[in-house]
Amino acid sequence: MSQEWPLWEIFIRGQHGLSHRHVGSLHAPDAEMAIKNARDVYTRRNEGVSIWVVEAKHISATAPGEKGPLFEPSESKVYRHPSFFDIPEEAGHM
Amino acid sequence: MGAAEKLAEMTQEQLVQYLLRLGDNTLVLGHRVSEWCGKSPVLEEDIALANTALDLLGQTQLWLGRAADVQGEGKSADDLAFLRDVWDFRNVLLVELPNGDFGQTLMRQLLFDAYHAVLLAELVNSTDATISAIAEKASKEVAYHLERSRDTVIGLGDGTEESHNRMQAALDLLWPYVGEMFHSDAVDAAAVAAGIGPDPASLRPGFDAIVTAALAEATLVKPDSDFAHKGGRTGAMHTEHLGHMLCQMQWLQRAYPGNKW
Repeated sequence: MSQEWPLWEIFIRGQHGLSHRHVGSLHAPDAEMAIKNARDVYTRRNEGVSIWVVEAKHISATAPGEKGPLFEPSESKVYRHPSFFDIPEEAGHM
Repeated sequence: MGAAEKLAEMTQEQLVQYLLRLGDNTLVLGHRVSEWCGKSPVLEEDIALANTALDLLGQTQLWLGRAADVQGEGKSADDLAFLRDVWDFRNVLLVELPNGDFGQTLMRQLLFDAYHAVLLAELVNSTDATISAIAEKASKEVAYHLERSRDTVIGLGDGTEESHNRMQAALDLLWPYVGEMFHSDAVDAAAVAAGIGPDPASLRPGFDAIVTAALAEATLVKPDSDFAHKGGRTGAMHTEHLGHMLCQMQWLQRAYPGNKW
């Protein structure tokens, strides 16, 4: 199946002010058709106001095996959460 | 001349015929396209074709609903769609032709979409407020249909040798069905006089501009003949394919009259 269309990852902005969210993937011969296919596959029920497509091969990802060294060290560092400060009244809600 | 006086230029029966032509085109093509559901070459195209079919059926509901209203016999759009016989259909022959392969379906789609887009752009200005409103809604859907069929025809025409040959064969097969869309008769003349809709012949340059550019980019050669099969939109004669299609489309209402779900 070397002639199969490349895989594209699809990101859709649900409404103005929100960021694009990954909604799934699909196949398409080029970026333009990937956008059209995304429109037809992922926005049939009025889900979006903007579509981004990225060819899957261009996405670099963390390896599941590196989960330990990458993410676990931050579990024990509660002081990184800004929850040890008294917020002045004047600053209001943050 | 006011809108009311203008409308007098068109008889009620002519207006019904005019609306049936619009609604039967979208109904028959919508059904044809829906025949791909679950059988398209790839999932993405399957959903895209289903969306197109649903757009066309939605438009049908509006056109045939308006036709039934003007007719004033208490019928609904569903009655017109499911309980008329083949000789009462007023669609152009192009849309009733079998799907053929995927390329042939998309070539038919391009030819109809190009016509549909230029027609709706004119119907937006109709003196009939309902026709104008339906055209306004439909033209957005059709702009997308055209973009999609155009790109796919270009991709397949300017693709592999196999896909190119299939697209050229599809164009050669379907081209003789193009002319019918631009033929005018007494119903069209009345529609023009009443300000209801355009003269079909006047739509040809707009159609040619879209299709000629697309075919050139698709490296396909437009057949050199202007011969046109016709008879669909006047009801004089349909191809043998429409009756078979209606058997499939109408059997449930025929077998279980009035059944709902």
